Amino acid sequence: MYGWMGKILRVNLTNGEISKEDLSPEVAKNFVGGRGIGIKYLYDEIDPKIDALGPKNKLLMVTGPLTGTAAPGGSRYMVVTKAPLTGAIANSNAGGFFPAELKFAGYDLIIFEGKAKKPVYLWIENDRVELRDAEAIWGKDTYTTQDMIRAETDDNARVACIGPAGENLVRFACIINDDGRAAGRSGVGAVMGSKNLKAVAVRGTKGVVIADKDKFSKAVKAHLAGFKLHGAEWYDPWAGGTISLAMPFVSVAGALPTRNCQTGVFEGAEKLSGELFNATFSKRKNRPGVACFNCPLGCGQTGKVTDPEFACEGDGPEYESTGAFGSACGVDNLAAVAKASYICNEMGMDTITMGMTIACAMELSEKGYLPERDVGMKLNFGNAKAMVELVQKTAYKDGFGSILAEGSYRLAEKYKHPELSMSVKKQEFAMYEPRALQGLALTYATTNRGACHIRAEVHDISVWGIYWYKMLKDRGITEPLDPLRWEDKPWACKEIQDWYASLIDSSGMCNFSVISSDYPEENICAMLEGATGVSFGGYEEMRKTGERIWNLERLFNLKAGLTGKDDTLPPRMLKEPMPEGPAKGHVVELDKMLPEYYRLRGWDENGVPTPEKLKELGLA
Amino acid sequence: MSKILFVDMQKCTGCRACELACSMKHHGEYNPAKSRITVFGFAPTASFIPIFCTQCEEAWCQNMCPAGAITKEDKDGFKIVKVSEVKCVGCKICMLACPFGDMSFVSEKQKVQKCDLCEGEPVCVDACTYGALQFKEAEIANLPKKKATAGRLSESYQEVKV
Repeated sequence: MYGWMGKILRVNLTNGEISKEDLSPEVAKNFVGGRGIGIKYLYDEIDPKIDALGPKNKLLMVTGPLTGTAAPGGSRYMVVTKAPLTGAIANSNAGGFFPAELKFAGYDLIIFEGKAKKPVYLWIENDRVELRDAEAIWGKDTYTTQDMIRAETDDNARVACIGPAGENLVRFACIINDDGRAAGRSGVGAVMGSKNLKAVAVRGTKGVVIADKDKFSKAVKAHLAGFKLHGAEWYDPWAGGTISLAMPFVSVAGALPTRNCQTGVFEGAEKLSGELFNATFSKRKNRPGVACFNCPLGCGQTGKVTDPEFACEGDGPEYESTGAFGSACGVDNLAAVAKASYICNEMGMDTITMGMTIACAMELSEKGYLPERDVGMKLNFGNAKAMVELVQKTAYKDGFGSILAEGSYRLAEKYKHPELSMSVKKQEFAMYEPRALQGLALTYATTNRGACHIRAEVHDISVWGIYWYKMLKDRGITEPLDPLRWEDKPWACKEIQDWYASLIDSSGMCNFSVISSDYPEENICAMLEGATGVSFGGYEEMRKTGERIWNLERLFNLKAGLTGKDDTLPPRMLKEPMPEGPAKGHVVELDKMLPEYYRLRGWDENGVPTPEKLKELGLA
Repeated sequence: MSKILFVDMQKCTGCRACELACSMKHHGEYNPAKSRITVFGFAPTASFIPIFCTQCEEAWCQNMCPAGAITKEDKDGFKIVKVSEVKCVGCKICMLACPFGDMSFVSEKQKVQKCDLCEGEPVCVDACTYGALQFKEAEIANLPKKKATAGRLSESYQEVKV
C-alpha cells in the first residue's frame, strides 16, 4: 500500500497479547483513516451499549494516509472510542509528532482492548512492540511522564499519555502528546485510565512511501499557494496563536460565550488578546509559534508567568482555553487563564469542558442553587483564584472537585438545574455562542460527539470571512454567509460535516491547514489520490465517504441509546433572546433548521437514517 | 563569492518540513530518520535548531577518510564536501571525526551520507515556509543578525538620553 502503512497493531491488555493485522484495502478506500477507519472498527467490534469505562470498551488510535507525508498540516491522529462524558461516539484528535512517528514505525492504527491488571505502557520501536510496567510512572503529570518514558526507552521517542485526571477517571480527561498537544474532548483519557494504560511511546525509522510523486507534489504546491493568498494576513497574528486569530472575529460577532453563555459580549475581551500574550507571557515573543509536524502555520504557543499569584509555565493557551477560563468564567486575567490551562495540560484534562463546568458552577452558585459549603469556597464569576484552585482539585477528585470531574451536565443535574449546563449530549459548548451563529448552533445540536466546533466550522464561512470553498463556488456564492440567517445553514452544515469527516478528520490533515487554503476540498482529494494511488473519485465521492462515516457514527449513537431528542440545545439558547451586541434579540432557530437538516440527510423525522440512505452509502 | 546553507533560528518553528523534503529527494520516501538535516527542539527556551553539514573548508571527515572517498568540490558559486558512493567502504570513521554529528549511515547501501546542498538547489530551503533556512552568500550571511544587534543598541541608546 502507498500512503497507508498497511498494518494494524492490536493490543489485548487483559492477556498481554500483541498481534499485527493487515489493513484491508477495501476498508481503507471506503473509510480512508482517522475517524472513518476508527468508527468502522469500533462499530464492528463493540456493542455500543457497553460501559465506556468498562473493559469491553476499545480504544483506537488512528492516523490517516496523509499523516507523516509532506501534506501541509498532515500531522494528525484520531482517538476513537465510546465516550465516558456523553455515552456517544468519541473522536478526539491531536497533532504534534506522535502521529507521524507511529506511521514511521510502520502502523496506521492501534486497537487497544481489555484491561491491564496493573499500570502499563506500550513501547513501539519499529517491529518490536512490548507492554512495559508503568507502576513507577502512575500518578505522574503528563510532562514528567513523557520525560520518564523517554529516559526508559529512547531520547527521540514520541509519547502520548494520560495524567492523574485520566487515572482518576475524570469524565473529560484527555490524552496529551509531544509536550502539550491534546486529543482533548469527550474523556478519551479516562478510557485509557480505565484500562490501566498510562502511555504509548513510539520510535519509528521507516518511511512513508507515496504512489504518484508528481501528482502529490503538484497538489501540495497548490495547497500552499492558497496559504499565501488567503493566509497572508493571518501570518502576523499567529504570533499570538489561535487567540489572535479567533478572538477578534468572535468578539466582533458578539459570539463570545460569557458568564456561562448568559451573553455573547465580554467587556474584558481586550485583556484576553493574543497580542497581550505575545507582549507578556510568551516564550516566543515576536517569533512565529510552535509547529506540529510539517505545518506551515505553527499556531502553538508556549509561555511563562512569573507573577507569584499565578506563576506557571507551559504550552498554550490557545483560543478555546482562553474563552473557557476567560469570558465563560467572567475572568479577564490572562495569567490566571494560562495557569488554569497549563494545569489542565499537566493533569491531562479537556480545557473546554473544565472551564465550562466551572462556569456552570459559578452560575449555580450565584443563583443560590449551589451552597457555598458544598464548594468549600466562595464561587462567583470573575473569581480567578477559586477557578484555578478548582481545576487542580478536579484532577484529583478532591472535595467539590469530585463533582466537577463529572462535567457540567451531571453537576447541574445534581443541583436540580440541568438547563444551566451549556452542553449538547452532555458535552460542553466550545467558545462560540450559538445564538450569534445559527450555523454553528446546528453543528452543536447535530454533531455525533456532542457540542463541538470542529466537526463543521460553519462559523468559518460566516464570521471568519471564508468564501473560498468549492462547496460555495459550486453554488455561485462569492461572499461569506450571514451568521444570523438560518435559511442557508442546514445545507451548509450538512455539506461541511460530510467533507470534513473524510477529507480532514480521516485523511490526517489539520482543520487549520484547510481553512487557510484556496479550494482545499480539491487539493486534499488530489493529495489523497497522489499519496495512495487509489482513485477516490474526486470531491463528490469523498463527500459521500464523509456521509458514510457520519451515518455510521449516527448508527453507533442510536444503538448506544441516544435519539433525535438529543439533537437539541439548552433552553436558554432556544428561548432567551441574546441580550446585547450584534446578535441582540436572536435565539437559535433550531425548530426550523433541524427538520430541514434531517430531510437533507435522508433521515426520518426522528433522526433515524432511512433504509434507502443506508443502502446508498453501503451501510445496509 | 560562495553560497552557504544558513539558518535564522528566530524563524524556525520546528515543523521538520526540511527533513521530509530531504528524505524524499535523496531516498524517495518521507522519512526523517534518513534526512541529512535534523531539527531539535528545546522547551525551556522554546527554540528549535536545525543541524546540518556546514561544508567545512578543512573538513574533519575528509581528513580522516582512509578511502579518499570524501573530496572538496568547488562548484559554480558554492562549495561542497562530497562523499563518493563508489569509493566509500562504509568504515564510518568520518562519523566519529565530524564534531557536529553531520555524517550519517544508510543501512540499505552500507555507505555514509551527508548534505551535498542538492548540487546547488537545496530542497530544504524550498520547503521552509518561514524562510528560516536560507541559501545565501557566505560573506554577507550574517548581515541581518548584525542589523538586529544594531537595532537593540539603538533602542538602548535612545533610552539613556545623555
